[in-house]
Amino acid sequence: MDFGPHLLLAVLEGAVGASVLALTALGLSLVFGVMRVVNVAHGEFFMLGAVVAWFVADTLAGHPAVGFVGALLIAPLVAGAVAMAVDRLVLKQVHYDPEATIVGTIGILYILQQTALMTYGPEARPVEPPFSHRIALPWFEWTEEGFEMFYPWGLSITSYKLFVIAAAVLILLTFWAILSRSRYGLLMRATQLDRETALAFGIPVGRVYSLVFGLGAGLAALAAVLIVPIQQAHYLMAGEPLLLSFIVVIIGGLGSVRGTVVAALLIGMSDGIISVFLSPTLSKILATLLVALVLVFRPQGLFGTKAA
Amino acid sequence: MSAPLLETRGLTRRYGGLTAVEGVDFSLPQGQIHALIGPNGAGKSTFVSMVSGRIPESAGRVLFEGRDITALPAHRRIRAGMAYTFQITAVYGRLTLAQNIALALRSRDRARILAALARVGLEERAEQTCGDLSYGHQRLLEIAMGVAQAPRLLILDEPTQGLAESEIEGFNGLIRSLAGETTILLIEHNMNVVMALAERITVLETGRVLASGSPEEIRANAAVQEAYLGSA
Amino acid sequence: MSPGARSLALHGGLIALLFALGFLLPAYHQGNLARIMVLATYAVGYNVLFGYTGLLSLGHAMFFAAGMYGLGLPMQHLGISALPAFGLGLLSAALLSTLVAFLALRTIGVAFMIVTLMFSQAGFLTILYFGTWTRGDEGFVIAQASRSLAGVDLTQPLARYMAALVLFSVALLLTARMMRAGFGQVLIGVRENEERTRMLGYDVFRHKLAAVIVSGTLSGAAGAAYALLFGYVGATFASVQYSIFPLLWVLLGGAGTTIGPLVGVIFMFYLIDWSSGLTNAYMLVAGLALVLLTLFARAGLMGEVRRRWLPWLP
Repeated sequence: MDFGPHLLLAVLEGAVGASVLALTALGLSLVFGVMRVVNVAHGEFFMLGAVVAWFVADTLAGHPAVGFVGALLIAPLVAGAVAMAVDRLVLKQVHYDPEATIVGTIGILYILQQTALMTYGPEARPVEPPFSHRIALPWFEWTEEGFEMFYPWGLSITSYKLFVIAAAVLILLTFWAILSRSRYGLLMRATQLDRETALAFGIPVGRVYSLVFGLGAGLAALAAVLIVPIQQAHYLMAGEPLLLSFIVVIIGGLGSVRGTVVAALLIGMSDGIISVFLSPTLSKILATLLVALVLVFRPQGLFGTKAA
Repeated sequence: MSAPLLETRGLTRRYGGLTAVEGVDFSLPQGQIHALIGPNGAGKSTFVSMVSGRIPESAGRVLFEGRDITALPAHRRIRAGMAYTFQITAVYGRLTLAQNIALALRSRDRARILAALARVGLEERAEQTCGDLSYGHQRLLEIAMGVAQAPRLLILDEPTQGLAESEIEGFNGLIRSLAGETTILLIEHNMNVVMALAERITVLETGRVLASGSPEEIRANAAVQEAYLGSA
Repeated sequence: MSPGARSLALHGGLIALLFALGFLLPAYHQGNLARIMVLATYAVGYNVLFGYTGLLSLGHAMFFAAGMYGLGLPMQHLGISALPAFGLGLLSAALLSTLVAFLALRTIGVAFMIVTLMFSQAGFLTILYFGTWTRGDEGFVIAQASRSLAGVDLTQPLARYMAALVLFSVALLLTARMMRAGFGQVLIGVRENEERTRMLGYDVFRHKLAAVIVSGTLSGAAGAAYALLFGYVGATFASVQYSIFPLLWVLLGGAGTTIGPLVGVIFMFYLIDWSSGLTNAYMLVAGLALVLLTLFARAGLMGEVRRRWLPWLP
């Protein structure tokens, strides 16, 4: 394949990655925005979503679509429930102290990861996508006859990957609508802006926190269900989504939804494109150093406001 | 006489659109006990915070012993001979009184630590954890920490707030005993303390100097009475 | 008894006990304890920054690895002998700590944790990237023949144990002395109330800088010693796990106490030793320990002892 089609392929693959990343990072950003805590175990909820998806698909015999729909419904609920339990049992008890929350969620990270190892095992297992058709993509070239369209060999995408992108966009729009239009969204935004005043107004801040923490985990799990037919489920798969989500949230500005989405697009696309041309290790080194330096020199990220 | 110990020229502090302190010219001769009074929000704490270097100034200069220290960071100004006590008590709650004083003294000499505590009558509680003390005693400890540094200039931000009457008596006595060797700049709302101790008073209002003079002059000043003293 | 004499008695007694154990313990436990003492040195280094200064780093593995590779690479590829290699390990760790300090100390709290984590991850990935020399995850073994110091063969169990003991004793006594002196008290002041410490005339930044460098160099010393005494250098020691371990050890043993780090390492070592006999998911134990510590015993074992019974415990 020539450079042009190669780049187009990288962009499309990057778009798939960016979609899933946007959902995952949104979960992390939401938790930080409303609750002001960093959940280091966020990646494990992603992994949990993938593992539960595999269990559901494995249990529900029949057409893969049945298992997939089942996973879409069940995995986020399971992740959300576990997260709410963590919130009530651990986070509330330490009163959301930033340092204690980080140490505590590191512990939760190991508990979730090792439990997956014990129950699911150390192997990576695939999940069948509900549908998957190969769609060849056209490419244009300027020749003596004018614009010519042809289908380069190897330039194709699957219908499922297109679905992932579409689904992610749909979920993001729905989420934005809920956040800005509905009563629940209003409660969340009020709690984020001023916890004390929210309490004074009778908003059940404790419950909002539990729901938000659950929602954050649910979003990560949902993203995992979408990606698991493309990428296999493995007990150690949390590392990369966690690192990338961190990068997105820090660069986009902790607590800013718009910033998160834009940064996810940026990071997801560039990660996809860069790893086509550079070794994955080198691109990861550059990415981690970038996050560190942004935090050092511009702690509010690109969109966030300077912390009080 | 030599140059004033402390001088500010056009000292200003702005927060976005709000000006907390506006072009304050201030002069403090050596050995004087000077009180800074004014209504809440007048800029008193902001002013002394800029003098001590705790917060940066937006404009203006600070001179200490004739030297321009405007560019000097807080800890260097303290080393140059200033001591600062906070408006809201800031002692090391989890450490003992002895440890607190040791940090102020920069020495762990037992005799000196006890002597420093004795100046505020707390020498018997040297090994107690600071957080277990009453608020008033913690305040006294902070004052003791300031005095222990043997500063040229002692800045006290509302030192008697939270003290009982007897403790205030003790405080007055302590400050009087320092007069001459130490220059004192204190922010106070308690007018009895101000009248009992101050040799000169400066009144701040909305970030500007309203009046400056002897206690009698200030008491008689109509503008001050209207703005602040009222029924004091 | 004066605090100085008490401190000497406590620490001296502990070292004497460890010395005796070197001769009394059966081979398996003697080997374990040698390993424990090297790791405890790492924990002691971490404690300087976390326990005493109050700065939580999530990236200390980079300092441990700097020492490990700083010694290992010259020995392996340049044939440099043990003693100068150890010096190189220390130097690498010291330089890295200084660089990281100047960048990371511009941040506080959560940001500091993330920045240290990120730098450490970058370090880990760099080790993998230069796999040709570092052999990445697989690591490399340092030849037995070169692992001797001043004529003493460090591969011999007793010599190895005593070398580990020397390392740990130096680290322990150094930190004990440092924390009782003015410098340590100022670090504690920075931890307890940074603003108050600044307004007492202390250069807070310089003190934090020194704390990071001391902490990083001690961690590097442990890393270099580990490579020298146990003959293996590998990227695992630069991974996140080895940044979490010292946090866990110090929290468990008692942050801000001198012997807490050793207690923490011993406890966790044998706990993991026991649970890895039961399941391959032995890190579950570490996870549970962290959660329980966070909820119920933030002061750690020695911290609780100090709080309830022995307020003079350094």
